[in-house]
Amino acid sequence: MRTLKFLLQKEFRQIFRNKIILRMIIGLPIIQLIVMPLAADFEFKNINISVIDHDRSSYSKHLTDKIIASGYFVLNDYGNSFDKSFEQFQEDNADLIIEIPKNFELDLIRENTNELFIAVNAINGTKASVGNAYLNQIITDFNREIRLKNSTPPRLSQSSTIEIENLNWFNPFLNYQSFMVPGILVLLVTMVGAYMCALNIVKEKEVGTIEQINVTPIKKFHFILGKLIPFWVIGIFVFTLGLFGVGRLVYDIVSLGSLFTLYAFLSIYLIAVLGIGLLISTFSNNQQQAMSVAFFFMIIFILMGGLFTSIDSMPEWAQWIAAFNPVTYFIDVIRLVMLKGSEFKDIQKQFIIITVMAFIFNTLAVYNYRKTS
Amino acid sequence: MTAEKVISTDRLTKKFGDFVAADEISFDVYKGEIFGFLGANGAGKTTAIRMLCGLSTPSYGEATIAGFDIYKETEKIKKNIGYMSQKFSLYEDLTVLENIKFFGGIYGLSDKELKSKSNQLIETLGMSVEAKKLVGSLPLGWKQKLAFSVAIIHDPKIVFLDEPTGGVDPVTRRQFWDLIYKASSQGITIFVTTHYMDEAEYCHRISMMVDGKIKALDTPTNLKDQYHANSMDDVFYELARGAKRKAD
Repeated sequence: MRTLKFLLQKEFRQIFRNKIILRMIIGLPIIQLIVMPLAADFEFKNINISVIDHDRSSYSKHLTDKIIASGYFVLNDYGNSFDKSFEQFQEDNADLIIEIPKNFELDLIRENTNELFIAVNAINGTKASVGNAYLNQIITDFNREIRLKNSTPPRLSQSSTIEIENLNWFNPFLNYQSFMVPGILVLLVTMVGAYMCALNIVKEKEVGTIEQINVTPIKKFHFILGKLIPFWVIGIFVFTLGLFGVGRLVYDIVSLGSLFTLYAFLSIYLIAVLGIGLLISTFSNNQQQAMSVAFFFMIIFILMGGLFTSIDSMPEWAQWIAAFNPVTYFIDVIRLVMLKGSEFKDIQKQFIIITVMAFIFNTLAVYNYRKTS
Repeated sequence: MTAEKVISTDRLTKKFGDFVAADEISFDVYKGEIFGFLGANGAGKTTAIRMLCGLSTPSYGEATIAGFDIYKETEKIKKNIGYMSQKFSLYEDLTVLENIKFFGGIYGLSDKELKSKSNQLIETLGMSVEAKKLVGSLPLGWKQKLAFSVAIIHDPKIVFLDEPTGGVDPVTRRQFWDLIYKASSQGITIFVTTHYMDEAEYCHRISMMVDGKIKALDTPTNLKDQYHANSMDDVFYELARGAKRKAD
């Protein structure tokens, strides 16, 4: 225990003397949490639309107005030549083209049916499909209005329609920030933990001080604990700063569930993540190697952790990767606890998995750390 | 010289693939002795020292350090030795005092011992002004003297010094050797590698390593007689000339 005291004292002294690390610990969570959620927004606005109106009737005008009034679209071009609109398409000025045929109004009234042509610029697939969905909704709405206007009441009652009423549970206003901020917080804690821990040990290898340590009767277990504990404390600090300093003050996000559950999970999660950092450091001889390896894993962890895309919609092989990704579980837990108010019994499975991961990574790291080569 | 052997090796060998870095080296070092371990760059000195300190496992051969087996009792060996590597290896971002207390602490010194040891050490080194300065800000010679003092803070039986005076000015080197003599007089065995032949003359006995093998082992006077040389410099040239390995 006394050995551990000396190790911790030394580690904290070094951390607090390193100005860059201090700035990272305080600046990184604040800046990233303020900037990233604003940018990582799935709600598409400003979709550029090009309208080709061959009809120029009051109906076609009405439809166009309705599209623009929705707030999602910006009218980029209003004309009557497909070629001209397509040019806009090719120059990437337009994301969607809607073509209203000749006699749109006439046919609609006379024959009760008509066709619209929609072309989607699918380079940005998500934007295109979201835009397409918005547009379809607007047209359906428009359709209903016209039917109401043109049909005689008895006919209307004959054709029964199903109305869909949407209600968003747990995040009623589909607020992307309350969805993204906790997730980004998880990434931050992961990065700070794994990177700093890995780089710290590898730096001792580079400078040569680790050899001086290895020649002392110090126990492997003590040495590793001496490295784990300081970064565990930093991880908890970064999380707290992000959760209260930014999450609550800037975004007004308050956790529905118990903070105790959240911190309990965080504590185990940090041990798992630091274990990964330790493991990386035992395999690397210099900071460059450690950085590259950590970067490789971090990209996979971030992209396959369910922050930006739903894991359920990934192909099966990718779901398997996600299942071995610690980030997946914490993102899941933090959203469940903060947005849904889940309790410990609801997230038992995640607790068990992350505990097993923490155990495996750290055992491997201790095993792989060699005092004697 | 007492006959108690503190280091005893028998055909100690380290191979890296096909390369034999240390080739069946056998020698004994006695208590309180200053043992010079000489050889050209790449002759295998560092490999040998690393094996003796328990940092590297030998490929085969036997050795006991302070009476402990080099394979099975590395942790016991580590309690009884001090080590100062080629690379400077104190923490540059800790102060002089913090380094002393850290290394003393992990060797298991009590608070009382730590206090008296660090006071005594700082006084001996004449570093009372620098005690609270970061080690990184000290000149190299001072760092090396400090590193040596820290390496023997736990009163080890043996201290291994791997080129401790590389890049240090003559005056500081002289002071460094005063520290070595002082430690030796207290019964600490000194195992030192060096490239300075004047330093070799300070040693009680010298071994000369060429291409991973020990080619000569005797007192400086006997070696000079044996090779009909006037100085250790000449002895070194005579022996190292036959080396086939290129210096690294």
